[in-house]
Amino acid sequence: MTLLLVAVGAAIGAPLRFLTDRVLAHYTGHDLPWGTFVVNVVGSGLAVFLAVALTDSGLTALLVIGFCGALTTYSTLSYETLVLVEAGRWHHALANVAANLGGGLAAGMAGFVLAHLLFG
Amino acid sequence: MLRSTPASALAAVSAGGAVGASARYGLTAAFPHSTFDVATLVANVIGGFLIGSLMVLITEVYPGSRLIRPFLGVGVLGGFTTFSAYIIDIGRAASGGATFIAVAFAFTTLAAALLAAAAGMYTTRRFHGRRGATE
Repeated sequence: MTLLLVAVGAAIGAPLRFLTDRVLAHYTGHDLPWGTFVVNVVGSGLAVFLAVALTDSGLTALLVIGFCGALTTYSTLSYETLVLVEAGRWHHALANVAANLGGGLAAGMAGFVLAHLLFG
Repeated sequence: MLRSTPASALAAVSAGGAVGASARYGLTAAFPHSTFDVATLVANVIGGFLIGSLMVLITEVYPGSRLIRPFLGVGVLGGFTTFSAYIIDIGRAASGGATFIAVAFAFTTLAAALLAAAAGMYTTRRFHGRRGATE
């Protein structure tokens, strides 16, 4: 049952990541991987918020493990960073991992604080 | 531009994401959850190797396959790996006072996933007798 909830959440989260990437690539071009950065930061903030706020294990499986887990990605982050490295763009590669990690942690902290303020 | 996104690609990403996330959830049952989630680390490193290999295959060896990347790359591997659980684990370790573990987990995952992706690209190019762009 839990596995099914994870799968359903991911079936929505993964295409939302795909669409976000396409929309951002349309406006910002393919020079830098903005789509992955945005889903990873937003998804991390939302995941921490929900992990604190939710008490029901089924909802956690659906929204935190499934939806946010599939909305965010590590494989694409790794690949896109290596593409920058192979192009000799070391500064952009470094900035990409730093922005994802820093942005994800900052969003996570914001989600943590917000959840505690609202649900204490 | 959203209208230019084919429904078949969206369906492939959705189905792949469900498969990948289910496999990730299965991994969490296989590994004990201690201070940090070993399963998240393992999924992100394995997923890194596989995406490196897959991207070489579909961009350099067998280009032109239309739904392979949405299904396997964006869907399965995107759903298998996760950034949000990684951030949750760092936060849990740090807020529990295990600052060293939080920092070690953050950078070990990052380094291992990048090295795994590089290894996936390198070995797949070697296997197919091609040389990489910067080798």
